[in-house]
Amino acid sequence: MPGNTPTGLLPTGLARGTTPAPEGSNSEAPETEVSTTPGAAGQNGRASAPHLSSASHLSSAPHQSMTPPGRAESAPGPADTAPGARRGKPAARRRNRTWFRIISPLVVLVGWQLVSMSGLISQQKLPPPSTVLHTAITLITTSNAAYGTLQGAMLVSLERVAIGFVVGGAAGLVLGVVAGLSRLGENSVDPLMQMLRTLPLFGLIPVFIVWFGIGQLPKILLIALGASIPLYLNTFSGIRNVDAKLAEAGQSLGLRRGETIRHIILPGALPQILVGLRQSLGIAWLALVVAEQINANAGLGYIINQGQAFLNNSVIFVALLVYCVLGLLTDALVRLLERRALAWRHGLLDH
Amino acid sequence: MAPRTAGSLSAGAPPADTAPHPAAWVRGLTREFAGRRVLDELDLDIAPGEFVALIGRSGSGKSTLLRALAGLDRGVTGDLGVEGTAAVAFQEPRLLPWRRVWANVGLGLRTGDAKTVALDALEEVGLGARANAWPLTLSGGEAQRAALARALVREPSLLLLDEPFSALDALTTITMHRLVLRLWAHHQPAVLLVTHDVDEALSLSDRVLVLAGGQIAFSERIDVPRPRQRDHPELAALRTRLLIELGIVTEG
Repeated sequence: MPGNTPTGLLPTGLARGTTPAPEGSNSEAPETEVSTTPGAAGQNGRASAPHLSSASHLSSAPHQSMTPPGRAESAPGPADTAPGARRGKPAARRRNRTWFRIISPLVVLVGWQLVSMSGLISQQKLPPPSTVLHTAITLITTSNAAYGTLQGAMLVSLERVAIGFVVGGAAGLVLGVVAGLSRLGENSVDPLMQMLRTLPLFGLIPVFIVWFGIGQLPKILLIALGASIPLYLNTFSGIRNVDAKLAEAGQSLGLRRGETIRHIILPGALPQILVGLRQSLGIAWLALVVAEQINANAGLGYIINQGQAFLNNSVIFVALLVYCVLGLLTDALVRLLERRALAWRHGLLDH
Repeated sequence: MAPRTAGSLSAGAPPADTAPHPAAWVRGLTREFAGRRVLDELDLDIAPGEFVALIGRSGSGKSTLLRALAGLDRGVTGDLGVEGTAAVAFQEPRLLPWRRVWANVGLGLRTGDAKTVALDALEEVGLGARANAWPLTLSGGEAQRAALARALVREPSLLLLDEPFSALDALTTITMHRLVLRLWAHHQPAVLLVTHDVDEALSLSDRVLVLAGGQIAFSERIDVPRPRQRDHPELAALRTRLLIELGIVTEG
């Protein structure tokens, strides 16, 4: 969903994908660098739409949605309200190119293996994928005194992320709605959230230990804090960016305040709320590593710490790769949600 | 009469000195934007079932008056009332993209069979086949017809049209003119059509008004039977007069 990411966060590739300009004239090779005459930009949107979001552009969307913990850079802004940002290619076309997405990871993997095996970089520093795979299998099949099992660690981490995300995400959503719907709400909530969003999560660890001890609570609260910010910012700006003309039309149809919120404001803000959801999930995973610095005795962050203590880089790589996979999975979940919740936009895309 | 904020529609009795029960009446309506007086003590009556066209130059306050009658402007002072309900079709269709076409038409209807009523209205504007479509897949003309259906389904006694054809191409506009006249004849609401198109006003309305200087500067009945030929002598004469009133051509 390239149209779902605030344009301020986009890499150049994705930004090009959302502009109905040059790609339109190069339907057969959207993944290559394209330079066309300026005249191509004049085509109407529908004609050029089928060629816009090539597979390679789509692939960069989920990763760009994530920002480092404690630095949620999704400031409220016009984001994706421009109609041009909603254009994409028909689903059938997009499906055909989906397999393109695995090419670049495969190339990296093969290159990594070659570099490690050739001794260009010592295997101590960069264990080859084959070693990492072997370590992963060992971690899954045997319970090690130092690391426990990989699946055990995943479950522990998953629980922390899930609870932290639900608590923080719900708080961010509710606060965003409160701030978005009224000036009073904005003036009371927004300054606090703007202060919180600049706090580095690492810097909060000592304070959280003093306040909440070293158990599960400070870890979950750190994740919740991180996850609340993007959902808050995107909900707030999503609500503020709802077309006032639609709200006015609703008013002329005799909608009451509650009906206007339910039928017009919240559905109108939903695309951007889903962007916030995706970013919040990303931050929840990133905050997990920070949170598991606090006296953890299980979890993925713990495995990384242990790997560091025992100078076992391949264990660290296994944990990092698990992060990548879990991140991809959560992102796929949000995509699924988007496809269902934003079906009305697919009406436009498939037309 | 004490000035009051006329933000909400009142179905109160009209002033005693006017014809009995106009569909809408306005007395001493004033609206200022940043110190600039757009409407200045404006008076207007619209009879039941009367088709009134309001023309004026850009920024003359046409839409401001319409918005006041629709109850969408809380910043006006003066007095106004609408007998029954008012419904608006805006310049843009303003359909909610996340609701199917029929659900847009039925939006805000308090009756139990809102869907049936909405489907009937869509059938009437010739859009029955697209009732289940998403609004973003409609053409400009289709969307504007859906917006008309959404306004008419409320059985308004006053239909407010705010330049609803200005974004359509010429051929679609002709079709829409016929549709509006047919719907008007069938439902018989009073209509206030805000437009900048003199010919549109001449071919559709019972009475054409020119808004200038914050007041109704010119008002003329048109008794030519419909459908009207563009080159009808009476209309041609009135066209010249209107262009003079609008300051587009000078007299003589």
